[in-house]
Amino acid sequence: MNIEEIKKDFPILQNKEITYLDSGATTQKPIQVIKAVEEFYEKYNANPHRGAYSLSIEATEAYENTRKKIAKFINAKQPEEIVFSKNATESLNLIAYSYGIENLKKDNEIVISIMEHHSNLVPWQKVCKQTGAKLNYMYINNEFEITEEEIESKITDKTKIVSITHVSNVLGTINNIEKIIKYAHKKGAIVIVDASQSIPHMKIDVEKLCCDFLIFSGHKMLAPLGIGVLYGKKELLNKMTPFLMGGDMIEYVYEQETTFAPLPNKFEAGTQNIEGVIGLGAAIDYIENIGYDNIKKIEKEIVEYAKQELSKLDYLELYMTPNSSNHSGVISFNIKGIHPHDVSSILDSKGICIRSGNHCAQPLMRFLGIDSTCRASFYFYNTKDDVDKLIEGLNKAYEMFRKYIS
Amino acid sequence: MEDLSQIYNELIMEHSMNSYNKKKLEKADYQQIGHNPNCGDEITLELKLNGNIIEDMAFLGHGCAISQASTSIMIDTLKGKTLQEAKKIVQTFIGMIKREIEDEEALKKLEDAIAFKNVSNMPARVKCALLAWHTIEKLI
Repeated sequence: MNIEEIKKDFPILQNKEITYLDSGATTQKPIQVIKAVEEFYEKYNANPHRGAYSLSIEATEAYENTRKKIAKFINAKQPEEIVFSKNATESLNLIAYSYGIENLKKDNEIVISIMEHHSNLVPWQKVCKQTGAKLNYMYINNEFEITEEEIESKITDKTKIVSITHVSNVLGTINNIEKIIKYAHKKGAIVIVDASQSIPHMKIDVEKLCCDFLIFSGHKMLAPLGIGVLYGKKELLNKMTPFLMGGDMIEYVYEQETTFAPLPNKFEAGTQNIEGVIGLGAAIDYIENIGYDNIKKIEKEIVEYAKQELSKLDYLELYMTPNSSNHSGVISFNIKGIHPHDVSSILDSKGICIRSGNHCAQPLMRFLGIDSTCRASFYFYNTKDDVDKLIEGLNKAYEMFRKYIS
Repeated sequence: MEDLSQIYNELIMEHSMNSYNKKKLEKADYQQIGHNPNCGDEITLELKLNGNIIEDMAFLGHGCAISQASTSIMIDTLKGKTLQEAKKIVQTFIGMIKREIEDEEALKKLEDAIAFKNVSNMPARVKCALLAWHTIEKLI
């Protein structure tokens, strides 16, 4: 695989002089995805599930075929187990409302980790406030990892829901979700996996993982913005009440009562984001065409190089596990004495895009005793040259501030 | 992209990294916390009045160079002013950052705070520059 060739598929990387290191926030889109969306509007745009005419049927087919594609992509047993949403946040809210609030009682416990994104944290606070359940946290050790002891001490017989990110959007830590799922099931809890930061980079197999729910966003894996996925085991989804009410999620509607459509339509109220779904289908094709093995190989080389070069900068504080096998393509760091926003403005002046801030993970920041970090996140279209530019930019920022740092 | 030496200049750097205004006031009359939830910047402004005049001001907190320098320079600018004068200056500063006020004469009243004029070309940093000014707005 030639990265320079791959890069040519991404128009924005050709059109702009940028070093894009914020794929953890959203990835750039290959021409194949952009074209797929364009083709939908040019050739078969209609409202799916509505019209009896062939155009609408064509749109319905494209929509439903992507559902099948996703089911196959993550090895779900049936396409009905795939529900489309707006994004990972909406997928998590759906589970929190339709499963959490419906099933939890006082004295039950929900376990999440301290490294969760606000989207996998705030909804659970809401569930706890409404049901009287308690929200408990698995904390990280000084290597930024959740240990087996921590898992076993926090997940107890009282735990009903464990919701955990597969890969931290701040630390890049790959959590031991296999262990968490196994142990939670032993204790009688269901497990939700937030795969937003993992599925762009690694093969996900829900059958093998045996997780009860798995959610992710399309836009972090080459697809357009505004499309998310919820996978749920059929028996659980069937028992859940709908999240949003309205068109297309119903069976019979009377003046005072309604019966609901079967899965998956029950959870897809209103006209859906068809262009997003079609774009997501094209993104999956693109990823499968390159192959996860190749993606992994390319990323490993870049991330290892980035770690090696960043480690040489003695003014830098790095927040990542030393265990390479438990680390994905996200690197958080701080220049001692310089605020991340200043660092990112200085990098921006050189066309280098990194994220700075709390990364929607305020409890983690508080736990680490910091307010914010700089974050560089990588994808297979990044090169060693991108890393070199980052290092150069960081050196410049440090030079600008050095004489003022007390 | 903005030439950053215009923003990260000597004055702003000195104020952000080693500000003499960053301290606790002995006898403050008023206190106000300002917070920027997106970036975690937080300041506590303290104000001591002598009748209608701002006799002393100080701040504590943490944040980026722009928010910290902007707070410190604001204190220098507003100290000794009447509340009415201070209000006017605060409005002028906010107007400058939002590019609503460009009149040179009006901007002169900002004294050193005019150094932040170029922040108006950096949309991502406007909030940083305005934090202290929005905070003092609540006090006066």
